[in-house]
Amino acid sequence: MKRLRNFLMSFVLLVIGFPAQAIITGELIMLRSAKQYDVAMENLQSAIKKQGYTITGIRQVDEGLAKSGYKSDKYRIVFFEKAGEVANLKKNYPEISPYLPLKIVIFAEANETLLVTSDPAVYIDLFPDPRLQELFRRWHQEVTGIMQNVRDSK
Amino acid sequence: MHARHARYAAFFLLMFSAFTCMADKGEQLYVDNCAICHGHQGQGGVGIPLGLEAFLAQTPDEYIRRTIRVGRPGRIMPSFYRLSNQDIDAIITHIRSWRDIRAPAWNASPIKADAVKGKVLFDAHCVSCHGKDARGGKGTGLMFSRPRDLPISPPSLNNQGFLNSVSDVMLKTIITHGRQQTPMPAASQFGLSEGDVNNLVSYIRSFQKTMMTGEQIIEEPAVIMYTSAYSFDKTLENIKRAVDNNKFKLIDFSTEDKGTAANNTTEAKVYFCNYDLINDALAIDPRIGMFLPCQITVVNYNGVVQAMSINPKRLSQLFNNDELDEACQVMHDTYSKILKEATQ
Ligand code: HEC
Ligand code: HEC
Repeated sequence: MKRLRNFLMSFVLLVIGFPAQAIITGELIMLRSAKQYDVAMENLQSAIKKQGYTITGIRQVDEGLAKSGYKSDKYRIVFFEKAGEVANLKKNYPEISPYLPLKIVIFAEANETLLVTSDPAVYIDLFPDPRLQELFRRWHQEVTGIMQNVRDSK
Repeated sequence: MHARHARYAAFFLLMFSAFTCMADKGEQLYVDNCAICHGHQGQGGVGIPLGLEAFLAQTPDEYIRRTIRVGRPGRIMPSFYRLSNQDIDAIITHIRSWRDIRAPAWNASPIKADAVKGKVLFDAHCVSCHGKDARGGKGTGLMFSRPRDLPISPPSLNNQGFLNSVSDVMLKTIITHGRQQTPMPAASQFGLSEGDVNNLVSYIRSFQKTMMTGEQIIEEPAVIMYTSAYSFDKTLENIKRAVDNNKFKLIDFSTEDKGTAANNTTEAKVYFCNYDLINDALAIDPRIGMFLPCQITVVNYNGVVQAMSINPKRLSQLFNNDELDEACQVMHDTYSKILKEATQ
């Protein structure tokens, strides 16, 4: 029975496949990883690089909190951009600069890890210049790709 | 004989694969849309638990269906207008698969009682947890990882999403029996009679407006921007001083973009923090990191010096959290003050 079920399942999966579901709730992209924080953090960093981005900084919010006497969990903000792309953009659109580089927030919740970022597609509303739409759409694809990659990493 | 067997087998296979397919689709949809806040097994997190026996036994499928559709405006839980009816049914099937508990039937018959008497009872027994006007506890859901005075934050009962999802009969059941394994007590613990419970139901129902109000999005500009009366370097110095004047700690400062930005643009960023504020903000919404660290950008663009920051009020609109909106109003005013001090 179990074997029949497994067989059927693999068949169903083969034929239909799991459609890559967007993990978008509203305009934020969020993800809960069943992995421990350290593993999820590693997955995130390699997923960012795989999409062709460079990590430009990692902020340790919890360390600052700890220094000021607060107890908290691991909490980091990971910044990333494509070499040259952001500098080039700021040349003509300095007002986008406060929103850059792109970032993903990652923090531990008990034995699991939560990741949050804003969907770059919201920039289409924030900065409605038609010449920027294609770039924001690509960022949307790539950032969604990063989050899905973390979700699916073994 | 063989043919009949084959037909049975085919029928069985078809039913079976349809069933497993539905279950797996539901699981995947749940993982992608709900687990982030409610946990993989419904144990709760940013959202409240969905897997508890008491919850599943009190909750008709229709309540979950409506909740997914309308969300909880201003209380983090989004509305999932993109999901189809089939998707929602699959999610409910998945939630039901956690425990062998039959869902109660949906019963929409109204309970008519005395809301004024209900308010007196509410203020005596419920307000300490559910807040003034039943607006809900501070923060939402359950976060084991952050200190809270209750293991689960009491949900908002005057929320239009809740009132558009719950029936009077369901309200009565919850108040009568409480919810085991959560801080929500049963009416008997307060010595309340059935009539009292009905009055409480009427009071809670009195907050419902006739229709779901759509989210009112007020257009906010993306950035707060001031043109400086000073040179680039002087503006930068002013920003650092203004940050300090406003009780923030300077944590970093970069002009690294200077070389890479185009020749007609010079840029510097000033990063700063206030850990008291961050700690308070984390209790409101753990996703607050999207606003951090505080950052002001100074640019010299074709000879014009401008100082700017993100507009926290605009970013806050993505989070569907009224408490966060309030905090972001404060942050908006602080940014504006710093920028003004430094540029004028
Ligand atoms: C961004 C976080 C978030 C996501 C995503 C989310 N929820 Fe919620 N949910 C919440 C919060 C927070 C509450 C409690 C609201 C309050 O405190 O008033 C809640 C409440 C609920 C309730 C009411 C529970 C009760 O005890 O009456 C149900 C049912 C529910 N969510 C189901 C879902 C389902 C199903 C999904 C996926 C389709 C989902 N939620 C996605 C945060 C979330
Ligand atoms: C000690 C704190 C506390 C008190 C007192 C309390 N509640 Fe609750 N209540 C909660 C919590 C926590 C929950 C969420 C339980 C859960 O996670 O399922 C809740 C849930 C509820 C719900 C279901 C809301 C939803 O979204 O599912 C209703 C209705 C409710 N309470 C009504 C009342 C009324 C009426 C009273 C007064 C007679 C009362 N409560 C007193 C803490 C409290």
